[in-house]
Amino acid sequence: MKIYGVAILGGCFLVGQLIGDQLGSFLGIDGNVGGVGFGMLFLILVSTWMKRKKLLTTEPEKGILFWSAMYIPVVIAMSATQNVKAALSGGWVALLVGIIGTSMSFACVPIIAKIGKKKKEKTEETIDAQWI
Amino acid sequence: MDLALKIIDKNALIFSFLFVGLIIYCSFWISKKFTNNKIPGSAIAIASGLFLAYLGDKKGIADIPVFAGMAFFGGAMMRDFSIVATAMGADFNEIKQAGLAGLVSLTFGVVFSFLVGGSIGYLMGYTDAVSFATIGAGACTFIVGPITGAALGASSEIIAISIAIGVIKTILVTIGTPILAKKIGLNNPHTAMVYGGIIGTTSGVAAGLAAVDERLVPYGSLTATFYTGLGCLICPSILYYLLTFIL
Repeated sequence: MKIYGVAILGGCFLVGQLIGDQLGSFLGIDGNVGGVGFGMLFLILVSTWMKRKKLLTTEPEKGILFWSAMYIPVVIAMSATQNVKAALSGGWVALLVGIIGTSMSFACVPIIAKIGKKKKEKTEETIDAQWI
Repeated sequence: MDLALKIIDKNALIFSFLFVGLIIYCSFWISKKFTNNKIPGSAIAIASGLFLAYLGDKKGIADIPVFAGMAFFGGAMMRDFSIVATAMGADFNEIKQAGLAGLVSLTFGVVFSFLVGGSIGYLMGYTDAVSFATIGAGACTFIVGPITGAALGASSEIIAISIAIGVIKTILVTIGTPILAKKIGLNNPHTAMVYGGIIGTTSGVAAGLAAVDERLVPYGSLTATFYTGLGCLICPSILYYLLTFIL
């Protein structure tokens, strides 16, 4: 039954929202803080646990995957209902942040990748050393 | 015609399903026909969504009565619900396999984009903490931006800017990845994982890696899957909280 999956998703979502609201009032922010993130964490934990216990079968999973597939359409509908007229007054901000931010992120890839690889090479060296 | 309008009016949400479906169909057709899939269909669809919003006013296209259902379809509840669903398929064991490099790149990627994006916004006059956080979050992905903005009560204007930033990023990543792949050494699973963690925009990463080497797609997507979740978790909470001390 697909609805079981949707129900699990709904449960994780609501618990996440509850924690997000609590964290929001704890931090003194009027609103939900990280509720979506917590909901995601719960869904990962619950679905992993249920799969291990063989409680989550393909059918309920399809119910969750349907909503997962709906996120791009929802984001499209969301972008179509934004106050774009007002945003255009700050159009340069979007363009500059997009271009500079993305380029700088690209530049960081080889740097971070090096850190990880050095460690790998080191272990290889130590292995080599042991062999010698 | 009047009858058709009446039916659409009565079934506004259902009509929005049809309408968004048509937008996506056209966008993927344009993507294939005119850009050889270089610009992903979803990026074109989101961009055309922003363009359509221009036809309306404060609530975008939903201000036009026929498209009123778009406000619910793209509203906060549907948005958050579907985004939580995307966490499905991510596995804690996979996090372990992604390893330290993936974790470092994920955390670094979110914080770095947040700071760079927010700082540029700050220099251009968006100096309050909420705008800094929303623009910075938009530099993460087009999902983290509006989620952060909604959580912090940012104006629709700032939220739209953050979505625009995320869309521009997705397009740049998709086009730029095959061009820059050699320069950044993107030809192995290890770098692909780091790349996915730093860049983060799932559709851009998947499309970009597919253009470089299809075998690298799962490695990059693996870390990128967690990027939006991590961003949604820390941008409106820890990072915003730290910001309020500075700004």
